[in-house]
Order: sequence, then structure tokens, then C-alpha cells
Amino acid sequence: MRLEVEITGKTYRSAAGGTHEVLSPLKFALQSGEVGVLIGPSGCGKSTMLRIILGLDRDFDGQVARPPEARIGMVFQEPRLLPWRSVEQNVRLAAPDVSDGKLSELFRILELEAHRSHFPGELSLGLARRVALARAFAVEPDLLVLDEPLASLDDALAGRLRDEIATLVASRPVMTLLVTHSLDDAIRLGDRLFFLSPRPARIVQEVPIPIPRAERSEVELARIRTELAALLLESK
Amino acid sequence: MLRLLSIALLLAIWWTAALFVDGAKLPSPPVVLHVIIAEAASGALFLHLGATLARVALAFVLAMSLGSAIGYLMGRVKLADRLGDPWLILLLNLPALVVIVLAYIWAGLTEAAAIAAIAINKLPTAVVTLREGTRALDRSLDEMATVFAMPRWRAFRHVVLPQLAPYIAASARSGLSLVWKIVLVAELLGRPNGVGFEIGVAFQLFDTPRLLAYSLTFAAVVLVIETALVQPFEARATRWRPRAA
Repeated sequence: MRLEVEITGKTYRSAAGGTHEVLSPLKFALQSGEVGVLIGPSGCGKSTMLRIILGLDRDFDGQVARPPEARIGMVFQEPRLLPWRSVEQNVRLAAPDVSDGKLSELFRILELEAHRSHFPGELSLGLARRVALARAFAVEPDLLVLDEPLASLDDALAGRLRDEIATLVASRPVMTLLVTHSLDDAIRLGDRLFFLSPRPARIVQEVPIPIPRAERSEVELARIRTELAALLLESK
Repeated sequence: MLRLLSIALLLAIWWTAALFVDGAKLPSPPVVLHVIIAEAASGALFLHLGATLARVALAFVLAMSLGSAIGYLMGRVKLADRLGDPWLILLLNLPALVVIVLAYIWAGLTEAAAIAAIAINKLPTAVVTLREGTRALDRSLDEMATVFAMPRWRAFRHVVLPQLAPYIAASARSGLSLVWKIVLVAELLGRPNGVGFEIGVAFQLFDTPRLLAYSLTFAAVVLVIETALVQPFEARATRWRPRAA
């Protein structure tokens, strides 16, 4: 499976009547088993791009090709759980075909076992984020989209969740698109990094990371980080 | 407990007032109770109460289901809102009496005319409440349902309906109180039975004990239905919300 994104432009009409360009022409593709990372400044149009890729926004120029049968798992910036359904119901409603075993395993990995019957209003943000992750993985997606899934979590928890995402992504072939501000998350999880410019967004740099995720040692990561810093400085 | 005390206080005031006023105008509680028992024994009380309740139930269900559907449509589809809005304003401001009289003229003094007239009176308030509820729906949850490819019915049942439930409950409550009031007028004007009819008869004969007997029994039934059915439904619809202190 393959995701091909070719956007030639996206404008948005503000309430005041002016038109604003949100996205410049940009193009990228993603294969099964690959993690693509979109990195860019706040407000550069990343969320708009995701909405286009997910088919929530059809008012744009260009085209997005994804297999129509591709199942999508999404972790929104806010957890977007149904407050009137329990944690387990929230997952099952999005993924009705999930087996009991698979669900238990997910809840075990994400340490949600104790919260199965809780309502989202009773959860902390960190827990709610984990439920959103469980929901996205439970559908066994072909395309997994993660919109800043680790934002506003403390470092320790973010680190653990990042490892969990890596484990889950490794467990099955899936096209993953991760949006983040964190260079650290990007180089630990990504196979290909797309650096975006400020609004209207375009791809400034596309950087592949050839070393498999599992084999990236701290030394390697440090080297990649310096290389990237030099590269980004150059491109400016 | 406090409720019972408050009812007892009302009875006490009534009884005291009855001592000072002419018995034909304000009979004392035992006199009214005597009439209630007599009417109940003859079966007439239950017959009339039953007829009224059946009308209330039919008109209420009709108005709620139709009004909710229209309100949802108007909240979702802009065109429907534009087209429906003038009708809605007209219906909202049309006096109940006009609707009832017109219904009897056009459809005759029939059961269908009475029920339709009552339902039409309640319909616009249900539409307005549900339209507001639909407008307040959380779009981000709609998007979530779309992205996860939830089938329409499942999304409606688990994503939309729980958000509308408080509005449905509010509309049911206010609607029921409206229907209770209007049903008696409709019966008074054109039905051969029901509490409204009996009150009409009592009025013509200046039979105050009978009038009070029927209206108080009716009020008691309303109170029971409100506390036994409507309030528990409302509590259930909002049970996932954190409790207010």
C-alpha cells in the first residue's frame, strides 16, 4: 500500500473576507512499513494537511491517493473520546472487529487495564491520550496518523509512550504519519523526515534515516541530530 | 419529607379558607375527597382520566418524534433551516385555541382532530430545542467518527444521540407540561369524555366540588408521571456527567 500526497495549493477564506494561503505546493509519498514525520513550526498548516489526507477537507487543489479500502487509525491532538462511553466502549466502537485477546494486549501495553470501565471524564490527559492510542491501534490500521500524540506530557511518560508507539508500529506493516514539534521524537520514530516551512507550508527538506529504528543507539541518534542541525542551518 | 410537609401546608390553607368562604365556591377537602371516591367507585373517574391520558400519550409521542426529526434536520441542513424557519415562527406564536378550533372545523369533532391539534401545539417547541441541540453538536467528534469509518447508524447512536439526550429530555419535560394544559382545552371544546369534558360539565353546573375533584386527581397523575418517568429519564441521559455538588 502506498500513500501519495500532491497538494498544489490550499487557500482559506477568513471571516473578515480575505483569502489566506495555507499550503504551498507540496508532494510526498509513504510506503507500507514506513514512518513519515512532518516537522514544522506551530500554525504552519500541518493540521490542515492532515485533514486533507484524512479526507475531512476536500476543498483543496491537488490530489491525495490512498487505497480506498485502507483502514485509518488516528490520534488527534486532543484525545476526542466519547465522554458518555467507557474506555473499553470507546475503543470497541471504533474497532468493532477487535478480538478480546488483542484488546487485552493493547490495554496491557498501554497500562490501561485498570481503567477499562472508566469514563473519559475520570481520566487524566495522559491516560486519555493512551486510550486514543489504543483506539487507533485497535482498528489495525493501514494508515496510522498521529497528530502530536505526545504534546504536553511529561518527559518520562512521553518517552514511554514513544517506545510503545515504536513497538506497535513494528508489530505490523502500516503507513504511519507523525506530526510533531520534537526533533527527538522525529529521529527516534521516523524513517523519513519532512521539514516544513512556516505558513504557507512547503517541504523545505526531506531527510531519510536509513538505520532501522531498533538499531538506533544513543550515539547514532546524537550523530543524526548534529547532521540535521547542520543541514537545517544550511537550508536557511 | 419536605415535599409532603409542603403539600400538607397547602391542604391546611385550603381547609382554613374553606371555613370562611361559601361552600358552593370553595368546598372543604373532605367534600372534594368524597366526590373523588364516588366518581372512582362509579368508574367514571378512571374512564375520563384514561381517555385524557391516552390523548396525551399519543399527541406527545407524535409531536416529540416528528419535532425531534424536523429539529435535527433543521440543525444539520442549512436549506431546511431557511425553509422551515418562517413556518416555525408562525406555529410558535399561533395561540393553542386557534389551532384547536381550526382542527375541529376542518377535521370535524373527531379524535384525530383533537390529537393532531394537541401535537401541533407541542411540535414547534420540540423543533426549536432539538435544532439548538443539533447546532451544539461537537464537530470534532463527528470527524472522529468519519475518520474511523463508523457506519452511519452506529455514529448516530453513540456519537450524536448522547449529545442530544439532554435536549430531548428538556423538550420532553417542557412539552409534557404544555400538552397537559392543552389537552383539557381540546377536550372541553370538542370531546365527549376526558377530564377536560368533565370540567366543562362541572363549569356549566357550577359544581365546584366536581371541578376540583377532577382537576386535583389530574394534577396528582401528572405529578406521579413527572417524578416516576420524566425525571429518571433525565437523570439517566446525563449520568456520564460529573455530578454537581
